Amino acid sequence: MLLLTLKIRGPAIVAGVLLLAACSVPDTPTDVHDPYEPVNRVTHDVNTAIDTVALRPASQVYGHVVPQPVRTRFDNASRNLGLPAAMVNKILQGQLEEAGENGFRFLINSTIGLFGLFDPAQDFGLHENEVGFGDTLAVWGTSEGAYVVLPVFGPSTERDTAGLIVDIATNPIGTLFGSDAEDAQIGLTVTETLNYRFAFSETFDSILYDSEDSYEQLRLFYLDNRRFNLGQNTDNATSDLYEDLYDGLYEE
Amino acid sequence: MMDFMKSDLTRRVFIGSAAAGALAAHPAHALTSGEARTLIDRVVGDINGVINSGKSQSAMFRDFEQIFQRYADVPTISRSALGPPARSASKSQLKQFSDAFTSYLARKYGRRFREFVGSKIRVTGARKVKSFQEVQAVADLRGQPPFAITFMVSDRSGSDRFFDLLIEGISLLKSERAEIGTMLDRRRGDIDALIADLAKAG
Repeated sequence: MLLLTLKIRGPAIVAGVLLLAACSVPDTPTDVHDPYEPVNRVTHDVNTAIDTVALRPASQVYGHVVPQPVRTRFDNASRNLGLPAAMVNKILQGQLEEAGENGFRFLINSTIGLFGLFDPAQDFGLHENEVGFGDTLAVWGTSEGAYVVLPVFGPSTERDTAGLIVDIATNPIGTLFGSDAEDAQIGLTVTETLNYRFAFSETFDSILYDSEDSYEQLRLFYLDNRRFNLGQNTDNATSDLYEDLYDGLYEE
Repeated sequence: MMDFMKSDLTRRVFIGSAAAGALAAHPAHALTSGEARTLIDRVVGDINGVINSGKSQSAMFRDFEQIFQRYADVPTISRSALGPPARSASKSQLKQFSDAFTSYLARKYGRRFREFVGSKIRVTGARKVKSFQEVQAVADLRGQPPFAITFMVSDRSGSDRFFDLLIEGISLLKSERAEIGTMLDRRRGDIDALIADLAKAG
């Protein structure tokens, strides 16, 4: 089934790989590498406008109209539908135990958990290992590439953009469960995004509307958070900053 | 016999004073993971108390400001956020900036911690990183995956204080250095204008 998907969606994957091959490599791997800044800034402004007129107001309505337990159920179902792909990625990364955890989570939550609306697998100690192909590329040693801002999707890197294209092209839900399931997944991705924007509205508002340079702040947030989630946050830039902090201040 | 005891005593006194001298030269002994953890246990206890107190937003901001003043190395964080211009700033400018910056931090990060309402932050571990201590904590959020919070602790200011706070890998120190740096650039390096605007920001 997966092979079939790969065959049909081959061209998109080729596009992803080509993009990857074109990845621009920074001088030092941990600095902010942003050669497309002028274009990125324009896209950032467009995305911020989309947030102002659509995402932010819609998330406020969603958050205030739909009760918290219901929103959480939808989030659960959305994450559940991401598990088959996450399982495949964990296999590709050679982390079979976590792949198995994702697989069993999917089986338990899709059945006992009523299409993933509930999360009984958590009670069995099965944790979610949320990963996409961008993570797999990172595990394989692909460099991060330049910082890019995608329309609607927002901050990314060249590596994560390639991953995103492959994730969308190889999404197994439609192939496994039919187009209704695929439609449901798209709808649930929207509600999950709205709920996330609502739950962290103070932080989003603070970055997008209150900071002196929202582009710069969002870039810093995205890159540091991404590296942290990939376990690559032991960069020298931060520890050098820490070392410099006290040097010369208290030791005359 | 007496001579022997006397010389032994002298030797002990000598060793004792040498040790005291060595201690005086390095008054701050190496901060242990246990001590750093004790500090952050108190910080986290105070933050949990504030976010679940049900107080008004402005009352919470005042509480957060006290937490920063009590447990964070505010002078060092301020100086770092200001960057190289800190060297040419006057003492009174530095003090004014530090005060404005602290209440700005309390408002800004107070809002972020308010998003953790109904959850509890708990300290999970501590380890030495270079000459610092890194204390890890987790916020178990309602309806969202848990958040990792890291405190960087040092005693090099003379007392045990945290000098950075990272939420999901995003450093307060790093983002505020960028933010304050940009604010200062856009005000052509005018620290007084920066101080005035900081009072309205966050």
